[in-house]
Amino acid sequence: MASTEQSGSLYAAREPIFPRRVTGKFRTLKWWIMGVTLGIYYLLPWIRWDRGPNLPDQAVLVDLAGRRFFFFWIEIWPHEFYFIAGLLIMAGLGLFLFTSALGRVWCGYACPQTVWTDLFILVERWIEGDRNARVRLWKAKWDARKWRLRLTKYAAWILIALATGGAWVFYFADAPTLLVDLVTLDARPVAYLTIALLTATTFVFGGFMREQICIYACPWPRIQAAMMDEDTLTVAYRDWRGEPRGKHRKAKGAEALGDCIDCNACVNVCPMGIDIRDGQQMACITCALCIDACDDVMDKVGKPRGLIDYMALTDEQAERAGEEPRPIWKHVFRPRTVLYTSLWGGIGLALLVALFIRPDIDMTVAPVRNPQFVVMSDGDIRNTYDVRLRNKHGDTRLFRMWATGHPSLRLTVEGTPYESLWVPADSTKLQRVYVTAPEGSAPAQAEATEVRFWVEDLNTGDRAYVDSVFNGRTQ
Amino acid sequence: MSTQNDKKNEHDVETTGHSWDGIEEYNNPLPRWWLWTFYATIVWGVLYTIAYPAWPLISEATPGLLGFSTREQVQRDIAAVDEANAAIVEELAQVELASLSQDPELQTFAVNAGAAVFRNNCSQCHGSGAAGAPGYPNLLDDAWLWGGTIDDIAFTVAHGIRNEQSPDARYSEMPAFGDILEDAQIAAVVQHVRAISGQEHDATLAGEGAQVFEEQCAACHGADGTGDNFLGAPNLTDAIWLYGGDVDTLTETVTYSRFGVMPAWAETFRGPQGLTEAEIKAVAAYVHGLGGGQQVE
Repeated sequence: MASTEQSGSLYAAREPIFPRRVTGKFRTLKWWIMGVTLGIYYLLPWIRWDRGPNLPDQAVLVDLAGRRFFFFWIEIWPHEFYFIAGLLIMAGLGLFLFTSALGRVWCGYACPQTVWTDLFILVERWIEGDRNARVRLWKAKWDARKWRLRLTKYAAWILIALATGGAWVFYFADAPTLLVDLVTLDARPVAYLTIALLTATTFVFGGFMREQICIYACPWPRIQAAMMDEDTLTVAYRDWRGEPRGKHRKAKGAEALGDCIDCNACVNVCPMGIDIRDGQQMACITCALCIDACDDVMDKVGKPRGLIDYMALTDEQAERAGEEPRPIWKHVFRPRTVLYTSLWGGIGLALLVALFIRPDIDMTVAPVRNPQFVVMSDGDIRNTYDVRLRNKHGDTRLFRMWATGHPSLRLTVEGTPYESLWVPADSTKLQRVYVTAPEGSAPAQAEATEVRFWVEDLNTGDRAYVDSVFNGRTQ
Repeated sequence: MSTQNDKKNEHDVETTGHSWDGIEEYNNPLPRWWLWTFYATIVWGVLYTIAYPAWPLISEATPGLLGFSTREQVQRDIAAVDEANAAIVEELAQVELASLSQDPELQTFAVNAGAAVFRNNCSQCHGSGAAGAPGYPNLLDDAWLWGGTIDDIAFTVAHGIRNEQSPDARYSEMPAFGDILEDAQIAAVVQHVRAISGQEHDATLAGEGAQVFEEQCAACHGADGTGDNFLGAPNLTDAIWLYGGDVDTLTETVTYSRFGVMPAWAETFRGPQGLTEAEIKAVAAYVHGLGGGQQVE
């Protein structure tokens, strides 16, 4: 491609990375997080939750066609979408909090890209062996063995990818029914398309793109720098302790060497293919596997652990000056994190309160203003209102409506001489409702009269009201 | 931590070879897959312009190999909706209007479809809110010139009023009393009409007018002035006036008469611009549900 005489290409091929197996406390923690997050993702749609007749029995269901979101005992209607918005804001603030306190902890432990890549690398290791075997295989000719191992690996990846794409669609329809439909080719094309798309992205992102996604495609690593400061914990190399690094500990002058034996264990385990000893850098997702690797080596050579460690920038300055670093809780507990925590908690509390005080009866009243009022043959003044009444129950309910504000006002429901109406199960009914004021009464002559619409669920006796306005004859 | 980075930059990162006043440009190469993705989008873009309408020509754009057209798609979508509704439309065309309210699903469909028919065909005269205008009846109230049951309304829509298209159009004609009565008699009968409708009036004149009314008006409007749906003769005693209940307007009405015309909307009389049986029933259901609809006794 385009290049100048003095330098190489402006484009670089991806350098393959062969992360070595590592054990340690952070690796163990990552296995647990992988197990829990993947378990939630794959199994959640299969949990059943009895909501009574006519309602789905899937614990977590996004019913796009029916415009409902079911989450265990909570049912969200479209007009309550602010709950979802609130949860997303909480998720955002939660990320801010964790990033300002613990750096790229989302990237290193919980991000789907990291979790699935970790899983893909695990499968890769089972099939092709650990780092050295994989490097040899990569360099080897394409013989029968290489073909066999590669195809086995791709097949395993495809299966995982298929399960990933497959699990996604179960959140949007009744999972057991959809599974049968999928297998018998009766499901809708959009389901197959979604599965195909997510299978492809999982396969490519987890198998081949890996760290490229984090470095070049993902915006979050660029944004989160705004939340990090000198107290944020990141993975760092104590170069003042490690340098000058050297392998030959028995050679002459070895006493002058630092603790780093330049074994490259930290580099070999890194899923991003970087050398943490170069300092904190853009590609580091702070997965802490280099800490595990280095601690292991330090144990073996009889040096204290922590040559590579979680620490804050201020610790480095303190340690270089020969002072004690501040304890972790002092780094974490600072105005910024307190602010994020209180915002997070405040919104969470507000959502909880909103959840518990939201009414069982939902009614909106829209006055019809074309025309503002109608003169009846006997001279009465009538206003029309479009009432939307929601029945969130699994059975058809009878509601009674009446209007207060002036004793002369009378409410009737279109098409009936009555004040009551049926609303079918789990639906909203749009009903034309009239309020009439007799000729000569105060509301008939006033320009506007406050009127309160009442509704009562005749099954439960629950009531609700909405305020509106009655327009009289203005002359 | 930063010291290491600086060292690396000085020695490890290659430059593009460009140098301006001693400032060099690092070469941090883009990933090659990014380049190929970029080329792929270019290829995709070229193929897209070949497959779909793209390049603007003088009167239209290049049609594209796939023959895609948004207009056709809209037509297809409309046809698909029509097809999906075909069964219920047929059901509506066949239904006895008087029993429509016993089938809530069909009634909801009819009212919604009727609202669309109304806005397209009726709102020009009766207003988008159906509140009418002087000379064009308000369809929201409980007064009906030609009857307010759902069947009455459907008949009026299909055949219209005082037109020459339908032989069954609603028809009646009020004489222009300016040719028949003296001005004083007209003034008297106007006062009588204001009296029976409960408005301010001159009692003496109204008494004289009662005589005139009985002789000239009662045949159609009834002895008590309550009108007759069969003749489209308005009720003169209620609070609703098609043209106005003030003295001037009433005088004008009596002197010159009124002759309100409504077209016949059925396909039979209007051809393809007309309304189908189902559309007539739908708009009748809509108008009937606006608040003034009368039930069959």
